[in-house]
Amino acid sequence: MCLAVPGRVINVVGDEPLDRIGQVAFGSVVRRVNFAYVPDVAPGDYVIVHVGFAISRLDQEAADYALGLISELEQANSESFSADCPAGLPSAGEGRP
Amino acid sequence: MESSPSPSLQCPRPLHSSPVIQMAHGGGGRLMSELLGRLLPLLPGSEKPSLRHDGAVVSVADWERLAFTTDSYVVNPLFFPGGDIGKLAVNGTVNDLAMCGAVPKVLSCALIIEEGFPVASLERVLRSMAAAAELAGIEIITGDTKVVDRGKGDGLYINTAGIGVLPSGILIGPQNIQAGDAIIINGDLGRHAVAVMGARADMVFDPPIESDSIPLHRLVRSLLESGIPVHCLRDATRGGLASTLVELAESAELGMRLFDDKIAVGESVRSACEILGLDPLYLANEGRCVVIVPAQHAEGAVALMRELPEGREAVVIGRTTKEHKGMLVLEGPYGTERCVPMLSGEQLPRIC
Amino acid sequence: MKYVEEYRDGARVKALAQAIGRVVTRPWCIMEVCGGQTHSIVKYGLDQLLPGGLDLIHGPGCPVCVTPTEKIDTAVWVSQQPNVILCSFGDMLRVPGSSEDLLTIKARGADIRIVHSPLDAVAIARQNPEREVVFFAVGFETTAPANAMAVYAARRQALTNFSMIVAQVLVPPAILAILQAEDNRVQGFLAAGHVCSIMGTNEYELIAATHRVPIVVTGFEPVDILQGILMCVRQLEVGTSALENQYARVVRPEGNSPAKALVAEVFEIVGSGWRGLGELAGSGLALREVYQSYDAELRFPGPCSVTARPSTCQAGAVLTGQIKPPHCPAFAKACTPEHPLGAPMVSTEGACAAYYHYRRRSIDGVVPVPEFTVS
Repeated sequence: MCLAVPGRVINVVGDEPLDRIGQVAFGSVVRRVNFAYVPDVAPGDYVIVHVGFAISRLDQEAADYALGLISELEQANSESFSADCPAGLPSAGEGRP
Repeated sequence: MESSPSPSLQCPRPLHSSPVIQMAHGGGGRLMSELLGRLLPLLPGSEKPSLRHDGAVVSVADWERLAFTTDSYVVNPLFFPGGDIGKLAVNGTVNDLAMCGAVPKVLSCALIIEEGFPVASLERVLRSMAAAAELAGIEIITGDTKVVDRGKGDGLYINTAGIGVLPSGILIGPQNIQAGDAIIINGDLGRHAVAVMGARADMVFDPPIESDSIPLHRLVRSLLESGIPVHCLRDATRGGLASTLVELAESAELGMRLFDDKIAVGESVRSACEILGLDPLYLANEGRCVVIVPAQHAEGAVALMRELPEGREAVVIGRTTKEHKGMLVLEGPYGTERCVPMLSGEQLPRIC
Repeated sequence: MKYVEEYRDGARVKALAQAIGRVVTRPWCIMEVCGGQTHSIVKYGLDQLLPGGLDLIHGPGCPVCVTPTEKIDTAVWVSQQPNVILCSFGDMLRVPGSSEDLLTIKARGADIRIVHSPLDAVAIARQNPEREVVFFAVGFETTAPANAMAVYAARRQALTNFSMIVAQVLVPPAILAILQAEDNRVQGFLAAGHVCSIMGTNEYELIAATHRVPIVVTGFEPVDILQGILMCVRQLEVGTSALENQYARVVRPEGNSPAKALVAEVFEIVGSGWRGLGELAGSGLALREVYQSYDAELRFPGPCSVTARPSTCQAGAVLTGQIKPPHCPAFAKACTPEHPLGAPMVSTEGACAAYYHYRRRSIDGVVPVPEFTVS
């Protein structure tokens, strides 16, 4: 469920947090999005948008970390099969490295 | 133009200067005559009397066989980036003739206009048809005009019927398709559908996206004159590439395998599909056709198509097979496969 | 598109599939909860990349599929009342109610409009003060904040011609129902990433600990799903049952506070029926008393829902993962997208529609062999 698409914030307009809107670029499509649920959003940020509302801001560091784990897998594949697979991502409640 | 009759004998409102179409414009009387007097000069060859006459007569002296087709155009909105209903009405019928292997020659044009439709918009559509006809090198030689009550017409509907000449020896159709044939397309998918959808949903594209409506008969002619045995042609309009190919697969009683990495989808179309949850394989195109040739001629056909602007991005996207008759299978990016069936209805945008 | 293409990368998919193959030593059953995840799995053939013993069970996370028949009947009935404009997301238009669907009613002349956001429905109400505008508010927790905002906005604008048919459901009770079922086969879950972006992960942490099942909050692209599966099977193989977050780039443990706040302001938790699962306590949302003037079912009290015709539809068994769609006797015979018996065949997220659309060949017994095998 919940088709939600990542896009880049172009501008943010409005003072009232619940009324804040702006333009978001999804590839080459630009659409108006409601920012009520991402109060700290700024131009240049990436957000996930569902039915016209931004519901989360994308965390580049977390994205890099998760993709980094996969790079380690790719490396492990090319070297040899190893019994020590890299650790998984931290659970909620644990701090991120 | 005749001088206006004395006011005491006429309705005080001068209908002939109305900016919108009235029911009376379709009545066959003077108002209609005046309207046609305004509109017909916009079309090429309009000095010919046939446009006002009931029918047109064409000489068939050198013509062995004729291709004949008709299509109606009901697009909403009527005007969209890259074209309008008029341009579609000309190119669409030209292309239907081209897909038979015929050289398009003449078109008829029937307008069904809703009461209240602005005359200026009608003129704009006719100018567009004239430009498309000129570009395609065909003439519109006969037509009809009707007006329907307000609320019964969606602005404007157009029907065009076309006649083309089939050079001798040309027989194009799914019955010719063999297992192992190459499936070629002349460009990327979904531009028309997204341009129209964008105009409706008020989406902004950067760079802007335009309908790909274009006549394809020169592309076809180039292939046919080269001697390459073209087994089948079909334009990928409503229902998109997928529906077109499923129909052909079913008619030919063969299967088809498509290569996902060879099917081009432009960035704007891809983005629009991501947002609306649509599959580009099912989006309507107005300037894309499928060309099916024996495998050994595929490279030659692609090279020939690429010499024309409308074939610049021609590429082999699949091949026919004896397996899974009547079905399309897409070879996906991970070595996995999936079926590509006919859609049951229109694709609807989704949130899930 | 950034944050999309990287998660469809072939090399990453291959690396993850191979890693899964190396980790798995025994058969396992994992349920992906969300319909969007099911769609991705079937469309990209991700299950074809997994070792034979690893069974993916398609869960009930398709709000369109689980919307009770009575709600659709209500929408059908309301849309035919005088002066009503019914606004809906596209997904709902083809879902059959007891006897009809909204698309059929639209063809008969009802004013039914597709919207892309609940606020579009509010705008239509503002632009048409003489009409009654009703919004069909379907969704899981991901959509609840948007639907809540529509009611909140209508109230702020003092609109008197806007109301909502509320068909909001909540995921955790469905997961519990599956875990508590006698014939449950599910040993691990891929939780719905976007639901968790709103709600956070605490509810799932509790379920994982209480029922001793690993739960991995997972995204929707091929790389996300395979990474989520890898994390889940690693836990299964060593016997842990923790909550993990594969989708950390979008999901925070605390979720989205302003979104949760507005949902709590507008809605309260109630019991709800689920098509195929029956009545589940605490699994739905209803408008709070102060917002009840926006409840379309109160504004348009209708006749009781017509009893559903008996049907061979096994949507319930499909939705709880008891059977795969091709095992249903009606699949692709009496039940097709053109003539659906139940919602999973109509909704694009439904398991039955996904199999019918993408896997027709496996009905004939011909299963394609992928390029690289991982066993």
